[in-house]
Amino acid sequence: MGNLLEHMGIDRDRVHFSWISSAEATKFVDVVKEISDRVKALEPNKKFVKDYN
Amino acid sequence: MDTCIKKIRELSADLLEKGEVEKVIGFAEGTIPMATSPIAIQSKKDVEKLVFNSTCGLNLANYVSRANYVAGEKGKIAIIAKGCDSRNIVTHIVENQIQRDQIYIIGVPCSGMVDKHKISRLFEDEVIDFSEDNDSLIVSSRLKTLTLKKQDYLRGNCLYCTHKNPVIHDVLATDPVEEQSLENPFPDVDLIEALDLDAKWQYFENLTKNCIRCYACRNACPLCYCPTCFVDESSPQWVGKGQNKTDVNTFHFLRAFHCAGRCTDCGACVEACPMGINVRDFTRKLNKDSLELFGWEAGLDVTKRPPLDAYSPDDPDDFIK
Repeated sequence: MGNLLEHMGIDRDRVHFSWISSAEATKFVDVVKEISDRVKALEPNKKFVKDYN
Repeated sequence: MDTCIKKIRELSADLLEKGEVEKVIGFAEGTIPMATSPIAIQSKKDVEKLVFNSTCGLNLANYVSRANYVAGEKGKIAIIAKGCDSRNIVTHIVENQIQRDQIYIIGVPCSGMVDKHKISRLFEDEVIDFSEDNDSLIVSSRLKTLTLKKQDYLRGNCLYCTHKNPVIHDVLATDPVEEQSLENPFPDVDLIEALDLDAKWQYFENLTKNCIRCYACRNACPLCYCPTCFVDESSPQWVGKGQNKTDVNTFHFLRAFHCAGRCTDCGACVEACPMGINVRDFTRKLNKDSLELFGWEAGLDVTKRPPLDAYSPDDPDDFIK
């Protein structure tokens, strides 16, 4: 799915997949930190955004 | 093609007469040139209605899925199957839509179907006649008549087809044709992959800009047999139903992904599209991934489960953290 999104022009850094057990609080924190850092490094997304006006 | 249709009619008449099948699903002449429509023949006297030529681009496997199977029907159904139709029949069997013994497959080795949009573009006015003579196509409008080489006007999916012969059949209508082996079966996908992200996005925005959301691509697709499609669902409503381009792209993206690892690249979606959109650009990427990541081509073996339906410890997992 990530590959098809990238094929359509969505930056791969915007889509993340992870498997985290409910017992893995520290892994959850690490993953969320990494995701938010990588997404923040990108320009605001303008693709696949619905314009309601 | 002439001998092939004779054989198809003979076989169909024989099956109907002996009562071995309830009906034969095949192609009939369409109402306009360069088009054929699916037909179900129930009586021997109607077999003359069956045709087979280079405009039989729809996929008849669409008409034998459980959703289309008439409730309570006991007898067998015979179906005319090109290479791709036969692969979709295999997919139906694997996905438990039909049982192998419910159908009688009349296999037709296929030399490819023609791209009617490409042909129409050669004429300023409307095409009024289409006929074939071996490898030539004779196409006329009111202004002119052209004789074309069929090989030059094949549909994109037929050009890269490596399964022209039915993979599963009870009888073949003609001798098998030679299969081609391609060094690169996905040159069209590579072209898009070579673009940068913004150009890719622009490519797909342009591709779908004429989409009228008629869902002909979905309806023509043998994989799309869900009783209620996600686009028709109203509670919850997964995707907007109008012409908003984000909704249009969401529809195309999700439709394609629902076909991941199942699509046989039969081209029925493109054939059915009234706006001439090459919707295969979405599914082709998934077919390429299926082949590269899982060594998988859909609909070749009734004993194998599709990759997204089975787990193996060897599955590629570098995308997951």
